[in-house]
Amino acid sequence: MAKVVFTPNVQRHVGCPTAEAGGTTVREVLEKVFADNPQARGYVLDDQSALRRHMTIFVDGQMIRDRAHLADPVKASSTIHVFQALSGG
Amino acid sequence: MSDRLLVSTRKGLFTVMRNGGHWDISGVDFLGDNVTLTLTDSRDGKSYAALDHGHFGVKLHRSTANGWEEIAGPAYPPKPEGYEEKDMWGREINWSTNKIWALAAGGPDEPGTIWCGTLPGGLFRSNDHGQSWEMMRTLWDHPLRKKWAGGGADLPGIHSICVDPRNAKQVSIAVSTGGIWHTADGGKSWTQRGEGMRAEYMPPEQAHEPNAQDVHCLAQCRAAPQRMWVQHHNGIFVSSDEGKTFTEIKDVQPSVFGFPVAVHPKEPDTAWFVPEIKDEKRIPREGKLAVTRTRDGGKSFEVLSKGLPQSHAYDVVYRHALALDDPGDRLAIGSTTGGLWVSEDQGDSWACVSHTLPPIYAVRFA
Repeated sequence: MAKVVFTPNVQRHVGCPTAEAGGTTVREVLEKVFADNPQARGYVLDDQSALRRHMTIFVDGQMIRDRAHLADPVKASSTIHVFQALSGG
Repeated sequence: MSDRLLVSTRKGLFTVMRNGGHWDISGVDFLGDNVTLTLTDSRDGKSYAALDHGHFGVKLHRSTANGWEEIAGPAYPPKPEGYEEKDMWGREINWSTNKIWALAAGGPDEPGTIWCGTLPGGLFRSNDHGQSWEMMRTLWDHPLRKKWAGGGADLPGIHSICVDPRNAKQVSIAVSTGGIWHTADGGKSWTQRGEGMRAEYMPPEQAHEPNAQDVHCLAQCRAAPQRMWVQHHNGIFVSSDEGKTFTEIKDVQPSVFGFPVAVHPKEPDTAWFVPEIKDEKRIPREGKLAVTRTRDGGKSFEVLSKGLPQSHAYDVVYRHALALDDPGDRLAIGSTTGGLWVSEDQGDSWACVSHTLPPIYAVRFA
């Protein structure tokens, strides 16, 4: 199961504890996490389920490339960091 | 008379109360967060607050007995696969709520109905106090909607929603830029209105194109809904036929440029504006903050400045930052430089509540 760690800055708006979920892509893993925490989904993804413009996701230290579909691969041992992008100020 | 103001600012939502003849800040919610607009629904007393968290997106909160709760915000439908829609720079338009720019309560016979206007141009309605939202596809899918353009922002947006007090199925909205649109059937169909407005920023042959008009704010008189006032990007316009046609009001001093307009609820000829030097400067003329008022349908205007700063004032009052209370006696204005003033005599005189607030986006009596 991949581990998902959220930026501490989101925690005062909606609790996003570190979670574990299975899946082979970022999308699959995150949707499982959001199924248990639906309010958090809109803080990370926009209305089209793409990554919000000023958010970033790293998989094992590498920034993901597919911000629209989140198709970047994930291993069972992966750690996914959901962070704010500095582009958002 | 309303004794309570909600002041939406870049760094929180401030509550201002009248105590012993003075208006004082009595509380703050969402301190540090960007609050862009509120609505207090007089039908049930519920308040709604729109927040823009930047990274984390636009959120909507509703008041409870113990504070606020986050509720569903308006969400755009999935964009069809392969469908392309681009802005004037050729960038793909994201079908996602970019900003909540208008909130309005439905009619007295529609408890729980709330209208919401957004950037990039979606209009939404909730029939359950904001628990869920339906996008007005009839407007979003209208071919002329795709010709809307940004006005002051990259994306177009709906900033004014007027629900006809006689019949809540009749709703008029205003778009920057996209003119005025009207439904007579509760949103089943929409027609463009606003003949007679004039856009200086368009080529001459398109200056009177209704869909190109940059309406900054639209206001409808409660007792005489046929009367509508428009503060436009390059002028002031008045309508006596529910927005079908407008007449331009010219030669208003100190300026016809501004963002907000408010109309008296019972006197359709009485309206207030906040003038600024047009449009490339957007500061009060000669550094003197003033409100203008007409009582004769625009034939003449009074410049109201008693109690407002008259030296080196660079306050800009945005379209939602001029408030008029329900009886039409008290006004409030909030500025981009954090100034907040209240008038209890229809603008004849003003008292400063604070000049050190964060940038103010919206002021509403509640």
